[in-house]
Amino acid sequence: MSLMNYVYLAIVLFAIGAATVLVRRNAIIVFMGIELMLNAVNLAFVTFARMNGSLDGQAVALFVMVVAAAEVVVGLAIIMTIHRSRRSASVDDANLLKL
Amino acid sequence: MSPLALIGPPSATFTPSEVSYLSILPMLIVAGAALIGVLVEAFAPRAARFTAQFAVAMLGLLAAFAVIAMRAPAMIGVTLSGAVVVDGPALVFQGMVLLMGAAGLALMAERFGGRGPDAFTPSGSSVPGSQAEGLAERLGTTTEVFPLTMFALLGMMLFPASGDLLTMFVALEVLSMPLYVLTALARRRRLLSQEAALKYFLLGSFSSAFFLFGAALLYGYAGSLNLGEIGRAVGTVSGRGGLLAAGALLLFVGLLFKVGAVPFHSWTPDVYQGAPTPVTGFMAACTKVAAFGALLRLVYVGLAGSRWDWELVLWIVAGLTMVVGSVLSVSQTDIKRLLAYSSVAHAGFILVGLLAIDRAGIAAVTFYLASYGFATIAAFGIVLLVRARGSEATHISQWAGLGRRAPVLAAGMGLLLMGFAGIPLTSGFTAKFAVFAAAVAHAGAAGVVLTVIGVLSSAVTAYVYFRIVVLMFFSEPGGAPVDVLRPSAGGATAIGVGLLTTVVLGVFPAPLLALAASASQFLW
Repeated sequence: MSLMNYVYLAIVLFAIGAATVLVRRNAIIVFMGIELMLNAVNLAFVTFARMNGSLDGQAVALFVMVVAAAEVVVGLAIIMTIHRSRRSASVDDANLLKL
Repeated sequence: MSPLALIGPPSATFTPSEVSYLSILPMLIVAGAALIGVLVEAFAPRAARFTAQFAVAMLGLLAAFAVIAMRAPAMIGVTLSGAVVVDGPALVFQGMVLLMGAAGLALMAERFGGRGPDAFTPSGSSVPGSQAEGLAERLGTTTEVFPLTMFALLGMMLFPASGDLLTMFVALEVLSMPLYVLTALARRRRLLSQEAALKYFLLGSFSSAFFLFGAALLYGYAGSLNLGEIGRAVGTVSGRGGLLAAGALLLFVGLLFKVGAVPFHSWTPDVYQGAPTPVTGFMAACTKVAAFGALLRLVYVGLAGSRWDWELVLWIVAGLTMVVGSVLSVSQTDIKRLLAYSSVAHAGFILVGLLAIDRAGIAAVTFYLASYGFATIAAFGIVLLVRARGSEATHISQWAGLGRRAPVLAAGMGLLLMGFAGIPLTSGFTAKFAVFAAAVAHAGAAGVVLTVIGVLSSAVTAYVYFRIVVLMFFSEPGGAPVDVLRPSAGGATAIGVGLLTTVVLGVFPAPLLALAASASQFLW
């Protein structure tokens, strides 16, 4: 099986994640879409590392996991505070800031 | 091929990469100050915490700047196996970030000589209006903003000095995450602040995912994450051109989001309005400097050889950014939103200089960022001082007749707005002239077209700024009374530096232009 298939899979996963971010309203689900995009990137990096015969891509995948974990900490904290003060995590309800 | 064959036999000797500690000393100092700040937050008694935090942070910034100012020539070099590249542009951008960070920090510590609270909530996690918030209000410490700012500054220093795409991504996240938290910490109008943080966070991580996917595609194209290697691979690797073009465009999405260019600008007005005003000033100046530093390195070192693939897109983005930023600023009624749209327009002007793809462009962009950054921090510092019933009077109708109530402050704001508009003898004029001259000289017909669009957009923004000047000096004060607070020494210095740079860089631009030109050679 050609390694390019993994790249195509990564592109499909990335697109699904991006679509989730754009379509869903719940901040947690939106955030899950972003996490899916990051994991799609990981798959692409590992595949390219295999294709290029270098280890850089695998190292990047580890870094991305750590950064994603840090992002979860910051992101969930922000979503939690907004949920507690509004009783809603919908990104459409957060509409005080407008023209 | 087995996995082991790929990795190769275990080598007997492990060779650690060379580290030039002098080159990364400023970053180490800032990181150390940030970590000491965390310890102070944990162990220092409540009463001493504010003084200790401010001293640690400010001393760290000044020490780091002193190292750059005194040892710059000896620091230049590629270190950490090419992950960090300290060269002329990197040092100039780091120096700017440090000085603007110090000015922003002084505004964050602004407590009006003990007569008023600062701009931050003592308890970011409490529900607005709850008992827990009241309790935290009485205990009242807001010092965690200092270590957060220092961590953001660490990322901002690493961003323009990153030699490969992985370092660039890590720097991007290190600078972004503290900013997401800082945005959520406003003392007044906390729901707005939390909403701004949510928008900034979701859109920011969305855009960094695009940046990362672009990095993956470029890695697939060139077989390396190093920007120099990618630059050398352009034209020598065949059959993977699609990866190069797509990867470059996705990387630009991530970086153009950070500088707030149209079509990735939609977060700018909301976040600028919702964030605590000192954070807005800090973010507007330092993030823009760091992100343009990284964008310059990416374009000039990594992607200049493949400019035919992406040049047209960036020309369109630059033109749109100038037009949309200036036209939308006309209809704004909130001073922070107005400054946000003005910063979008400024991002467009800076992009025009960047697209010259020449050393003159690097020098022009550097000069523009220096003149814009200090003036922006000062402008938000003045917004911080104008109050109505305890919170900031951000609606521009409340600024009517301010020239009579506080002539010095209104004159200062007027001068800064003249600078933003680009009136001759202010820094804005020289800066705009430099970027447009670089574009006309080196970007051909596109540079001329962009310059015409830029001059027309400047005229539109000049109308917006003059409207505020007229409102401040030639209209009657409105209904509700507006207080103007006196800043403490630190805040006054930060505002004074902004005013001073606006005048000095306008009248004597030659020294900084010469410095920017002499430090415009990228290493890789």
